[in-house]
Amino acid sequence: MADTVADVHQHEAHGHGDHHHDQSWLEKYVFSTDHKIIGMQYMFTGMFMAVIGGYMAYVFRMQLAFPGISVPGFGQVSPGEYNALITNHGTIMIFWVAMPVLIAAFGNFLIPLMIGADDMVFPRINRLSFQIFFLSSIVLLVSLFVEGGGFGGAWTSYPPLSANGDYNQTQLGASLWLIAVALEFVAFLLGGINFITTLMNSRAPGMKAYDIPLVCWMIVIASILFMLSVGPLLAGAVMLLFDQTLGTGFYDPARGGDPILWQHLFWFFGHPEVYVVLLPAIGITVEVMATFARKKIFGYKMVLYTAVATGVLSFFVWAHHQFIAGIDPRMANVFTITTLLISVPIAEMLFVMIATLYGGSIRLTTPMLWALAFMAEFLIGGVTGIFLGASGADIYFHDTYFVLAHFHYTFFPIAIIGSFCAFTYWFPKMFGKMMNDTLGKIHFWGTVIPFNFIFIPLFVLGMGGQHRRIYNFQHFPQIAGPEYFQLREIATIALLVMLAFQLVFFYNIIMSWMRGEKAGKNPWKANTLEWTTESPAPHGNWPVDELPTVYRGPYEYGHPDREEDYWPQNLPG
Amino acid sequence: MAHARPIATTRSATGIPTPRLAIWWIVASEVVIFGGLLGVYLMHRIGHPEWAEAASHTQTWLGAINTFVLLTSSFTAVLAHQAAEKGKGKEAAKLLGFTILGAMMFLMIKSYEWYGEIAAGYTITANTFWSFYYTAAGLHALHVIAGAIIMGFIAVDAYRGRELHRVEIIGIYWHFVDVVWIFLFPLLYIAK
Repeated sequence: MADTVADVHQHEAHGHGDHHHDQSWLEKYVFSTDHKIIGMQYMFTGMFMAVIGGYMAYVFRMQLAFPGISVPGFGQVSPGEYNALITNHGTIMIFWVAMPVLIAAFGNFLIPLMIGADDMVFPRINRLSFQIFFLSSIVLLVSLFVEGGGFGGAWTSYPPLSANGDYNQTQLGASLWLIAVALEFVAFLLGGINFITTLMNSRAPGMKAYDIPLVCWMIVIASILFMLSVGPLLAGAVMLLFDQTLGTGFYDPARGGDPILWQHLFWFFGHPEVYVVLLPAIGITVEVMATFARKKIFGYKMVLYTAVATGVLSFFVWAHHQFIAGIDPRMANVFTITTLLISVPIAEMLFVMIATLYGGSIRLTTPMLWALAFMAEFLIGGVTGIFLGASGADIYFHDTYFVLAHFHYTFFPIAIIGSFCAFTYWFPKMFGKMMNDTLGKIHFWGTVIPFNFIFIPLFVLGMGGQHRRIYNFQHFPQIAGPEYFQLREIATIALLVMLAFQLVFFYNIIMSWMRGEKAGKNPWKANTLEWTTESPAPHGNWPVDELPTVYRGPYEYGHPDREEDYWPQNLPG
Repeated sequence: MAHARPIATTRSATGIPTPRLAIWWIVASEVVIFGGLLGVYLMHRIGHPEWAEAASHTQTWLGAINTFVLLTSSFTAVLAHQAAEKGKGKEAAKLLGFTILGAMMFLMIKSYEWYGEIAAGYTITANTFWSFYYTAAGLHALHVIAGAIIMGFIAVDAYRGRELHRVEIIGIYWHFVDVVWIFLFPLLYIAK
């Protein structure tokens, strides 16, 4: 690490003598306005929260497989604690891991570097966005330790349970949870506006719309989707907060309110949110695949237009979460059709990935393995979604572990596999060192194999009728037989194995950071602009007079006119 | 942190100045917030004809005066923009001052109105109509307060002849706040 910092200082001294003064450690790493530092802050906060979310999963999986045992590192799990654990596991993994890592961390780190700018267009708003996000993380963690315990009404927070302290028994925890989520939304609104305007206005000279690397497009489309879907939920969250604290009756049918209203507001945001995190993950995967297949992406414009179409369509599928909430059956038909339709663009993107791989000279580096795993695992998630999107089948599957397993087969590839893919691919640019490939591959297999062993049993359990949100299955004789418990134990043990292999990852980061081999500017021989500057990129990304100019698209691999098989975007001619 | 401005802030690939671009995106995100709230209110209102009785206790005249006040403040914001375009910072600052005055008047009338309603027992928990009434108008009032504070900073800068382009940006935002009220007034006050 000492090298890295010294490196940065040197480059700053050379290239930026004119607009760089000696900064204290605090100014440089805590209150920085540099997009790369803010990206790292998001990344490490997200990683920290992921560890907490993983710990929660460990505790409640132990309780489910071995009811009543004293979980090492936690103790006996009470029903209230169990509810708080599953609720906050979901909340953390979506809002404090997937969002900050995939959108905020990589968005901040990559967008200016990939479009050839020296920073975001609103650096101070960017910093404010992280500060609000950080505050929201603290509020959420505090909510777990207040009187009555953490909120336990599931991450969807349905009223009337969530609206009234008499029902959920966690008056303060529920309100703090809600405030934390609302603050987090505000942070990402600010960040999103920054991403959108930066991409629109600050591109390097010569970079036209179709020369922008897809991952930047994806993060920006995701930010727009987020911005357009979260508004009603923000209003809804204020209403829920008033129900909790002032005693209004927005969601109370006895007083003219409507509990289903929250479900509509929540899922009007909640379903686009799936695509908010999916699109960046697809962008990352596509980027990595082009580099390691040494081939131009098959259908750049197709991917882009498909992403926009997915975004538009994602606003018309939300009620498939509410098929058994008592909505009009005619409406269920409409939402079944739109839900089945939205699998078409996503399938198309997977075909684009396959077509990109076809005939390429594939290099199975660690990031490439993650990219391939994303494709394979997400496919299973997508296919099982068809069962749930059909309202007839959903009536049976609703609120079973089938839903849960389907969800994790989509979200784990997105949030975990996608993040690892991006992290291992851009690690050289972030820290200036190569990651150890052997350790990377051990970590890869140690994560992906147990992942399947966790969730395939849960599909089976779900089809067997195992309901979600049950604290102790021994209380339900029909689903407490040994064949059920064996499957639960397989899932829990696989989780323990998977969590243990994450230690390899952290060890790899630290060792590679300290002792790794120097990366150089462009270790993967990739075309995009971030690889034309030093690793790690100095403050301002490029020396002022060397900011790049763009001459071609980002995926010109294996061009017949060139001796080398890649053609960086910034080379003239 | 005496950094020079990043070069990124000086570029304009779309031809639209970045601050103006950003304020339109902010307005878009606000439109969905208020759009969601008002959409929900409308659907409830149609489903509950009996709310007309509660709505008849709102003070339409005070609402109408407030509409007039807010529209006038938007007018001075436009004049401020015009002055800023011509580089007349002091003139722009004075006109922004009038807009802030309008905002304060709006808030004072609003407080008087709410004071009377709360005293008469129509509190936020009285029934769901009043819950919507206070939530929607309260959220709007927060935007008025925030806008007026930011406008204060911009007016001080404009007075010294700095950052005159910001006068237009706050003007766009102020018009948005105005338009939201144009929707709130008939929905909460006039519809009986």
